[in-house]
Amino acid sequence: MPIEVLMPALSPTMEAGKLAKWLKKEGDAVKSGDVIAEIETDKATMEVEAVDEGVLGKILIADGSEDVKVNTPIALILADGEDESALKNGASTPAGDAQPKPDAAPAAGEPKTGGEAAAKRADEGAAKDASGGKQPTGDAKATGSAAANPPAPEVLPEPDVPEGTEMVMTTVRDALRDAMLEEMRADERVFLMGEEVAEYQGAYKVSQGLLEEFGAERVIDTPITEHGFAGVGVGAALAGLKPIVEFMTFNFAMQAIDQIINSAAKTLYMSGGQMGCSIVFRGANGAAARVGAQHSQDYAAWYSNVPGLTVLAPYTAADAKGLLKAAIRDNNTVIFLENEILYGQQFPVPKLDDYVVPIGKAKIARPGKDVTIVAWSIGMTYALKAAEELAKDGVDAEVIDLRTIRPMDTDTIIESVKKTGRLVTVEEGWAQSGVGAEISARVMERAFDWLDAPVTRVSGKDVPMPYAANLEKLALPSVAEVVEAAKAVCYRT
Amino acid sequence: MAVSAAKAAPTSDSQPAPEAAPETGVSSASGALEFTKEEELHAHREMLLIRRFEEKAGQLYGMGLIGGFCHLYIGQEAVVIGMQMAVEPGDQVITGYRDHGHMLACEMDPKGVMAELTGRRGGYSKGKGGSMHMFSVEKQFYGGHGIVGAQVSLGTGLAFANRYKKNGKVSLVYFGDGASNQGQVYESFNMAKLWKLPVVYVIENNKYGMGTSVERASSNTNLSQRGASFDIPGEQVDGMDVRAVKAAGARAIAHAREGKGPYILEMVTYRYRGHSMSDPAKYRSKDEVQKMRETHDPIEQVRARLIKAGLATEDELKAVDKEVRDIVNAAAEFATNDPEPDPSELWTDILR
Ligand SMILES: Cc1ncc(C[n+]2csc(CCOP(=O)(O)OP(=O)(O)O)c2C)c(N)n1
Ligand SMILES: [Mg+2]
Repeated sequence: MPIEVLMPALSPTMEAGKLAKWLKKEGDAVKSGDVIAEIETDKATMEVEAVDEGVLGKILIADGSEDVKVNTPIALILADGEDESALKNGASTPAGDAQPKPDAAPAAGEPKTGGEAAAKRADEGAAKDASGGKQPTGDAKATGSAAANPPAPEVLPEPDVPEGTEMVMTTVRDALRDAMLEEMRADERVFLMGEEVAEYQGAYKVSQGLLEEFGAERVIDTPITEHGFAGVGVGAALAGLKPIVEFMTFNFAMQAIDQIINSAAKTLYMSGGQMGCSIVFRGANGAAARVGAQHSQDYAAWYSNVPGLTVLAPYTAADAKGLLKAAIRDNNTVIFLENEILYGQQFPVPKLDDYVVPIGKAKIARPGKDVTIVAWSIGMTYALKAAEELAKDGVDAEVIDLRTIRPMDTDTIIESVKKTGRLVTVEEGWAQSGVGAEISARVMERAFDWLDAPVTRVSGKDVPMPYAANLEKLALPSVAEVVEAAKAVCYRT
Repeated sequence: MAVSAAKAAPTSDSQPAPEAAPETGVSSASGALEFTKEEELHAHREMLLIRRFEEKAGQLYGMGLIGGFCHLYIGQEAVVIGMQMAVEPGDQVITGYRDHGHMLACEMDPKGVMAELTGRRGGYSKGKGGSMHMFSVEKQFYGGHGIVGAQVSLGTGLAFANRYKKNGKVSLVYFGDGASNQGQVYESFNMAKLWKLPVVYVIENNKYGMGTSVERASSNTNLSQRGASFDIPGEQVDGMDVRAVKAAGARAIAHAREGKGPYILEMVTYRYRGHSMSDPAKYRSKDEVQKMRETHDPIEQVRARLIKAGLATEDELKAVDKEVRDIVNAAAEFATNDPEPDPSELWTDILR
C-alpha cells in the first residue's frame, strides 16, 4: 500500500502552515533523508524530509497551498515494487499502526500555539476536562490567527496615558523588542548580550532586527557560558555601561546566579554606595510546554528574596514594553522575568513616543468587590479566566496584576483586601516560600482584621515538572483551582 | 606536553572537518583501522538502528505525539557506536540532551526510549523525564541532562567514584562543542587530571551549538587541545568514520583505565537536522548539509566498504534495514499505545 506523507508539525507551536514548494515531483525516487518539500510557518521556512523510501506516487497538496493543517496527508509514496495502480487502493500511514488514537494521544490535544497554549490550559482546567487528547487535525486553528489570543483583558489605561491615545495590538515578543530598540536608540551605553541574540535573532525571536540596526558591537552573541557572561555584564555595568543580559531561559541563569546575587545585587551596599550595578537580566521564566523538569522552573520567588534586586514579571504587552524601558533606565540590578507562552500573545499597547510603566506599581486589571485575586505574568491568564467564570456564578472578583514582585506594591493589595475581605494568590511556582506566601504574610500583618477567610494560595504542585502531558497539566495551576479557591474563601460552593 | 599529534586529520579550523579528512581516515597505513567483517556488520546495524529510530522520532514529533524539545542525533551515529565498541562492560556513559543514540548504543530498549519520548508509563523514566532525561542503572547510562555542560562535572564524579571504589571502570563523558566553553568543564578537567580520574571526555564537535558555529563561539577551535593547560592529552578524530572512532576510543579508554588520568577525544562530526525540531537552520547552507550527507555519511561509508569488499550483498543489507525498521516500528507502536502515567505518579519519586 502507498505510504502517506503527513504535514508535519515543525515546532511545538505549529498547527498549520503553507506548503511552499515541492522539491520532488511525482515519479521521482525518494529515500529517507531526502528533502522533499519546503514548508512555511509564521516563524520560518523549514524542510520536510522523507522518512520512507520509494517513489513519490502522488502529490496531494499543491505548491503554494496555505493553511495546511498538521497531519493532513500531503503526498503518497509508492514502496518498492508498487506501481501507480496501488494509488487507488488507499494508503497506509507511515507509522503503521502507530496512528494517534483518540484515547492514547493526549499530546495531540496539548497546547500548541503560544497564545493558545495558555488559553487552552486554562480552558481545560476550567472544564475539568479529563477526556484524553483529540485527533491532531480536529480543531487545529490557523497559525497566528486571532483566535490564538486570550480574551483581551479589560484594560484600565495607565494614569499617564492621555485620553484618545491610539492603541496598537502588539505581541509581547515585539513589545519587548520595541522597548530595547527605543532604549538603545536613546542611550549608547545600553547593549544586549546573550546566547543567539544577534545572528539568530534570539532563540525566541525577541531580539529580531536589533543586530541589523545596532551592529555586532552592541548586539553580542556569547558562547554558552552563563556564569562568565553574567559576570562580564556585571563588570561592564560597574564600569558604567548599561547591559541587557539575556538568558535563553532563566533555567540557565542558575549557572550565573552567583554573579547576579553576590556581585550585582550586593556591590552598591558593600561599596558604601560608591559603585552600583545598572543591569537588566532578562529572559523566559517558568514552564513552557512539555520541556521537562530542568527547563520549567519559576524563579520569581528566588530573586524576590534578595535585597538589592528589583524583580519584574509583566503579563500584558504594554507592561512588557513599559516596564522593560523602566528597567533599562533603572540604576540598579533588575531581574526581568518573561514567559515563553506569552511571547506570541497580543495586547493593545499605547502608541506613545515614550511609554514607561513605573516599577513597583501593581495594577487593578479587573475591579470587583467580593474577592481579591493577585497574580502576575502567566498567572494572570488563570486569574482573569477564573474571574469570568466566577462572574457567571455571581462572584465579583477583583484581579490585581502585581507586575513588580520586588519592591512589592503592598498598598494596592491591602486596599483591595480591605474592600473584599478575601484573598487568593496565583503563581506557577512552588508554594513553599513562594511569592504567594509573602503576600499572605503581608496581608496578615497589615489587614488581619479585614480578612473574612484565610488567604489561599493556588500554585504549582510541590514536585519537579513532569514531562508526560497528563502529569504536566496536573502539576500546573488551573482556572478550576482558582475558581474553587475563590469560592472557598467566599464560603460558596 | 602529552598532547598527541592530531592524527585524525580533520582540523577544526578547516571547513566542516571531515571534508579535510583523507578518504580512509586515520593512519590506515598501519592497518590499525581495519574492521573485521563482524565489526563492520555490527557497526552498520547499530548505526542504522539509531538513524531509523531518530527518523521515526522526528515523524512522531511531527504528528504531535512527542512534545517539547527533541534533539536528533542523525549524522553523528559513528561517534557513540565506535566508542561503545571500545568499552568494557560496566563502563559508564553520560551525556546531554541529544541522548537517544547513546541510549540505544548502551543497549537500552528502543521501546522504553520511544515511550519516554511520548511521555508514557512504559518509558525509562515512567514518562516523567522526557526526551532529555532518561537513565538506566542496569546499562550504566547516567543520562540525559538538559543543562549544557552539567554532565561534564557529573561524569567526572562517576570517574571519581570508580577510582574511590577501585573498580577498574572508566566513565565516558559526552558533550558538545558549545558545551566545551562552559566554566565547569575546566574546573572538572583540573580535578580529573589532578586526581588521575579514569574518565574519557568525548567532545562531539558537530560544528554548531544551536545556531552558533564553533568559529563564532570558540577562540581556539581545536577542541582537542582544551585540556592543554591541565596537561590532559587530546586527539582530533574523524567522527564520521566509525573505525577511527573505535581506534581512538580504545587508546583513550586504555589510558584512563591504566590510571594515567583523563583523555580528551574531539570527535569531528556533523548534525544533519536542526538543533531541535523547531530550528529553521538558517545559519548554514543546504549545500553544506547535502555535501556532508553525500560524502561523509557514517553509515554509507560502512555500507560501501561492505559491498566493495564483498562482505555483504545489497540484499543482505536490505534485510538488516528491514529488521531495524521493524524494531523501530514496534517501538513506535508501543510508545503510541502505552498509556500515560497514572496521575498518582505526579507525587512519587520526589524523595526516597
Ligand atoms: C546552561 C544552558 N545554557 C543554554 C542552554 C540552551 N541550549 C540547549 S542546547 C544548546 C546548544 C549546545 O550546543 P552543543 O554543546 O554544541 O551541543 P549540540 O546541541 O550541538 O549537540 C543551548 C544553547 C542549556 N540547555 N543550558
Ligand atoms: Mg554542537
